[in-house]
Amino acid sequence: MIDIQFQKNLNGSSGKMLLDIDLKIVKGAFVSLYGPSGAGKTSILRMIAGLLAPDQGKLKVGGETWYDSAVKVSLSPQKRDVGMVFQDFALFPNLTVRGNLEYAKNKQSDGAIVGELIDLMDLGDLQDSQTTMLSGGQKQRVALARSIVQKPSVLLLDEPLSALDPSMRSKLQDYILKAHKVYDLTTIMVSHDVAEIFKMSDEVIMLDQGCVTKRGKPREVFANNEVSGKFQFTGEIVEIQHQGFLYIISILIGNDFVKVIGEKEEVKDLKVGERVMVASKAFNPIIKKLHV
Amino acid sequence: MIDWSPLILTFQLAVVTTLILFVISIPLANWLADTKSKLKPIIETLVSMPLVLPPTVLGFYLLVVFSPSNSFGQWLDENLGLSLIFSFEGLVLASVIYSLPFMVHPIQSGLSNLPKTIKEASYVLGKSKLETLLKVSLPNIKSSLLTGIVLAFAHTIGEFGVVLMIGGNIPGETRVASIAIYDEVESLNYAGANTYSLILFAITFFILLMVYLINGGYLKRFDS
Repeated sequence: MIDIQFQKNLNGSSGKMLLDIDLKIVKGAFVSLYGPSGAGKTSILRMIAGLLAPDQGKLKVGGETWYDSAVKVSLSPQKRDVGMVFQDFALFPNLTVRGNLEYAKNKQSDGAIVGELIDLMDLGDLQDSQTTMLSGGQKQRVALARSIVQKPSVLLLDEPLSALDPSMRSKLQDYILKAHKVYDLTTIMVSHDVAEIFKMSDEVIMLDQGCVTKRGKPREVFANNEVSGKFQFTGEIVEIQHQGFLYIISILIGNDFVKVIGEKEEVKDLKVGERVMVASKAFNPIIKKLHV
Repeated sequence: MIDWSPLILTFQLAVVTTLILFVISIPLANWLADTKSKLKPIIETLVSMPLVLPPTVLGFYLLVVFSPSNSFGQWLDENLGLSLIFSFEGLVLASVIYSLPFMVHPIQSGLSNLPKTIKEASYVLGKSKLETLLKVSLPNIKSSLLTGIVLAFAHTIGEFGVVLMIGGNIPGETRVASIAIYDEVESLNYAGANTYSLILFAITFFILLMVYLINGGYLKRFDS
């Protein structure tokens, strides 16, 4: 169980704001933090890791106090049992891929862990490469592997996939999920991608202006509960075309384009670039087996 | 036949000075790159002073402070057997102060330009500040370290005013090449002056050329 109570005055994008959160996260959960830029998501991760000091509050992880302003306890980042993947990956350019992982070992680490992670993340061919030569997706895998070497009790991911193209994303989401399960981690991920959150998290915490606005299962938080349809996808409007009486709305769902016909009334509130939910009542779906 | 001792002395001085500077500049530059202390601008100013201060000013004050006729100089002489006036040790001390910015600035700018997250990543992995500095920060600013070493070395070879003030012109002890040149010119021995000058010119040219070649234009960026 992770018990987080943080209060801190932050200088957000829209001036000063007070970050004030009180969260409990179950051990082994995969939790996503979602919200607009400047809502305080990254600050929360940094405060958990000990890289940023809250003004006041408490942080308890598995019964151990990492931070408590009331009794002036604040463990240094070195003493906190966390793994973190930074947005820019923060690989050590002077070390090879394997060197980065070896560096992460501590006295308690077993010798085989580096090899095991290299296999798990399919880094075998790259292990002797310099990290500056790697692509974004490869760097991400190295950063993820490095953050798991010490088998931390909490894994923090700061928008780890934001710089990658969609097909790479989907692959790396699988790597993260694999690591989360294999090493029984409690994972907190910052993400802007609703589809990603749906795929990966048990729970999503929605933040705005430093406060939790909604929390729950992704489906409950994002989807509109009034819809009873069995098919629900979220995507982004790419184009709205006007054709006679009707409108054709092109929506990007994952990697697929879907065209949906809409009436004037429906299209009125929609704009290109907005995220929408596409749902259908399941009275006539076509099911076809995929031969892979 | 030329007298090689001023040249040998010059290089001894440059090597010792550079070694001492390297050791003290890394913690100093690291502190300056990291700190949010209010003292920072004052320390930075002090470090940079030798860039603009006439070397004679520095030499003059060192002379005053270490002169055996005042109590501090006397104390040094009596208790540590250290006479810093007109001695090689004095030259080393003066050179260290005088070349300090040439070592500190490149290292400081190298450290400040490293992404902050690299250090943070190391801290989160449980590594101490010292281990992070030695194994992550410094190996990633090799070109800055090289620039600092070479600039401090070359600058020490080239110094004149501060050496003349505190060291004088004692053959084999404080008579470095730049002083020897001055001395030869004074005694109208232009051929001797030319030999020393040519050697210094060639050596400093090649040292700096190596840096430019190795670092690929780093010095230009540092200068601006």
